[in-house]
Amino acid sequence: MNLSKFLTVFSVAGLILTSCSSDDDAPAPVSEEEVITTMEVTLTDGTDTVTLRFFDADGADGPTEPTGTASGPLKASTTYTGSISILNETEDPAENVNEEIEEEADEHQFFYVTDDLGISTAYTDKESDYENASGVQFTSENPVGLTFSLTTTATTGDGMLRFVLRHEPTKDAAGVSGGDITNAGGDPDIDWTFDISVE
Amino acid sequence: MKRLTLILVFFSGVTILSAQECDKTLTGKVIDFHDGVPLKEATITFNNKTIVTDNNGTYTINDLCAVSYAFTVSHVDCNSQVFTIDMSKVTTKDFYLEHHLNELQEVKVSGENHTKTLSSQEETIDKNIIEKYSNASLGDALKEITGVSSLNTGSTIVKPIIQGLSGSRILIMNNGVRMQDMEWGDEHAPNVDINVANSITVVKGASALKYGGDAIGGVIIMETNRAPAKDTLFGKTVLSGSTNGRGGFLTSKLTKAYESGMFLKVHGTLKRYGDVEAPDYVLSNTGIFEKGFSASFGVNKFTYGWDVFYSFYDNEIGVLEASHIGNVDDLFNAINSGEPDIIRDFTYDIENPRQEVTHHLGRVKYFKRFEQLGKWTTQYDFQLNNRLEFDIRRTQELDKIPSIDLELTTHSITSDFEFDSSEKYKFTTGALFRYQENFADPLTGVRRLIPDYEKYDVGAFFTVEYDLKENLILDAGIRYDFNHIDAQKFYLNSRWELRGYEEDFSDIVVDRNVIGSQLLTNPVFDYHSISGTAGMQYIFKDDYEFRFNYALSQRAPNPSELFSDGLHHSAARIELGDLRIDQETSHKISLSLKNNNQKWGWELAPYANFIQDYILLEPVGTELTIRGAFPVWQYRQTDARLLGVDAKVYANWHTNWKTDHMFSLVKGQETEDKQALINMPAPNFNNKITFAKAEWFDFTASLESQYHFRQNEFPPNIMVFSPSRGQDILLEINTPPSAYHLLNFDTGMKFKMGDESFLNLGFTINNLANTTYRNYLNRQRYFADDLGRNFLLRISINY
Repeated sequence: MNLSKFLTVFSVAGLILTSCSSDDDAPAPVSEEEVITTMEVTLTDGTDTVTLRFFDADGADGPTEPTGTASGPLKASTTYTGSISILNETEDPAENVNEEIEEEADEHQFFYVTDDLGISTAYTDKESDYENASGVQFTSENPVGLTFSLTTTATTGDGMLRFVLRHEPTKDAAGVSGGDITNAGGDPDIDWTFDISVE
Repeated sequence: MKRLTLILVFFSGVTILSAQECDKTLTGKVIDFHDGVPLKEATITFNNKTIVTDNNGTYTINDLCAVSYAFTVSHVDCNSQVFTIDMSKVTTKDFYLEHHLNELQEVKVSGENHTKTLSSQEETIDKNIIEKYSNASLGDALKEITGVSSLNTGSTIVKPIIQGLSGSRILIMNNGVRMQDMEWGDEHAPNVDINVANSITVVKGASALKYGGDAIGGVIIMETNRAPAKDTLFGKTVLSGSTNGRGGFLTSKLTKAYESGMFLKVHGTLKRYGDVEAPDYVLSNTGIFEKGFSASFGVNKFTYGWDVFYSFYDNEIGVLEASHIGNVDDLFNAINSGEPDIIRDFTYDIENPRQEVTHHLGRVKYFKRFEQLGKWTTQYDFQLNNRLEFDIRRTQELDKIPSIDLELTTHSITSDFEFDSSEKYKFTTGALFRYQENFADPLTGVRRLIPDYEKYDVGAFFTVEYDLKENLILDAGIRYDFNHIDAQKFYLNSRWELRGYEEDFSDIVVDRNVIGSQLLTNPVFDYHSISGTAGMQYIFKDDYEFRFNYALSQRAPNPSELFSDGLHHSAARIELGDLRIDQETSHKISLSLKNNNQKWGWELAPYANFIQDYILLEPVGTELTIRGAFPVWQYRQTDARLLGVDAKVYANWHTNWKTDHMFSLVKGQETEDKQALINMPAPNFNNKITFAKAEWFDFTASLESQYHFRQNEFPPNIMVFSPSRGQDILLEINTPPSAYHLLNFDTGMKFKMGDESFLNLGFTINNLANTTYRNYLNRQRYFADDLGRNFLLRISINY
């Protein structure tokens, strides 16, 4: 190849280069998939309802401090029916994250962790209560924990109640199906502790 | 500086003898092509006769017949050339030889004194060392060089550190092209296949201005062999297998060259390993699958040449599954437990978290030599780098979508002219124009960590070398670079407010009502950087060499330092860049004194690097989220200084016995409050004893001891709030692990197979004692031990 041929190649390359420039279109914003702004735990004993509410306006990515509040104290020696609702309120209408968990019920499990005030919990749902993304009901019987029951004792005072949602836990490990987080493994999708009181 | 050359002897076969009268005479001179100086003692060979030029470069050949002759003209400092002359037409002829063959170093005998710069600290590893590390990465091989260490993420993601600095402060030249492969991230390894290179030189500082002005840490120059100008076909194949990772590796190179200067080269690499193992357990999800390919063709003439080069690199890397943590409690537990929380059986499968990177590189290059002037080189190169990072996400559907999907496209044009006709001076001047575009795919469903941007770079340099005396050379240079970056960046409103950007940058907001409480901004920044160097090389008492170099270097911040903002899922940390970050400026002074002789040799190389506005990333606290608390790592600028020394000694004790000793030390601290800098390499001390016996098929065996001290200088740990414990805990995120000692064994033999071919057999045992250890500069040190013992068998065939 002589010089003139080379220069031809070179100038073509130059054209490619310049034709790529000045692309000022605004990029598309990312619709973030895994945002959780809100978790509401509703506890009801048939007459009264206590709501534990987690709220983080800008999701995990944002710097705004999330808040956790309890609507009121729990009653002593009472059994509550509990349910958990998880939302992404950065979208309008709000995205119901429960659906995602239900569709992969076999890959998720909640744990309710507390050493305080003698509070005990039990699962009231199982995987077979839910359907996967293609509408097929799960056949396995392991707990998921979107619904549960919570029982207080006669002990009163202040305490902490921690809600953990694990992704890909080892559900058949010792104690896990009974709600013991020790051997569960997996990754936390949710790990939040509420301050509660029993009166 | 003396230049040694290989003399290639060409046979002349063109001569046709006839019964004509043979009384012709040919006279003329042999002249240096570059500076027109006549060459004395050049030889002209034909028909088994040899004529030698006199002191004026003049020759006379008598008794020639009136036919064509092929004369082979040779000189000790030049490449031999063959000239065909028809004696029925010609009586005088001047032969021009290429005296300053600047690709000389690539065919030189090892140990020869050639360097990229004259006055700065530098070191080269040759093809034997590259072959030893052919199954590993660039960062692993470079650790053979004193003062070079690495920042690892596991054993497969290895970023070189030169005298304490890494990432964007190190510039990697792959076959003449500056790599643009998102070097800004701690877990982004260079996207190069080490097997492309025949030699790799590390310049420990910014003095190789030709390549760039921002190499505050240094320049890594990977070079291939120049194809010879003769009809030949040669190649090399290396096959190796390792027990740790239970995998293997294959690489093959082939070169076809013609006497006309035409050549064709191809190379391919395939590497596959499963999970590697620590002494006590499998490191789950640490497999790797790497593919590399390159091809080039062109013409390499004496006066001009061109080539076209293309290379492809693809690497799929598993990231230790136990290193995927949910929050600061997980990190705390991992640091305190001493064992990874996920240990599975060995597998070749690579699951999430994992990376998949591909890199395309294309280059067109042209050079022309001008008689008594110099050499002009121009090239255009194109690079396309795609990085996918897959993470463990909330649902399996999301697991299939990468969390990070970045595509970086770069076009560069460089042109330089080397004026090398003068014996005393050599000038080089050149310019660069580069356009770069980054595209972050929004379909990831994760907010972009690095935004879309366009970037223009323009640079120009001028360097000079001056031979003041026979043994004293001075060099100096200056370079100017302009960088213009134009980004499109989304910020969460809350982050924008919290960082105080509303006060300082409200004019760059384009749209305040983006979905998800975000705003779109258009940051546009210009940076003007000046770099310069000056130094000397002094050779005395025959075998002592002293070098002194000062380098000024300025580096514009990279996109990560400016724009990072948000949760980096694969690192489980929130990373925050800062729009206010400006250039960092380094003043580095380095000295080197060395002595090489038959019996022994040594080198002592101290340096001091003063960096104004040094940019560092460090843990500063935590942010609370529904997933727990995440550590926040923030970029910050501070004045810093790095003081260090690299030293090495070798001794030939006996014909067969040799020992090598290397020590390197670097201390980095902030100038103001003397606080230690994060991620500074700990001192290390290497000793090696080698037995070699040429009669036993080039048998060599060596035992190497590597002692890595504990890094005792590190920034303070941080207190973080643990939601599950309801209290503040001390997170020992900066505490370095203990010192450790490793033993490595290596042996090899070489067998001849015919005239040109030979077979090398190599056997290596790394971590011979199966020592359990953790390395301060491995980001997975929180979660798992480093590699256990590894047996490696290597076969290479040259043909």
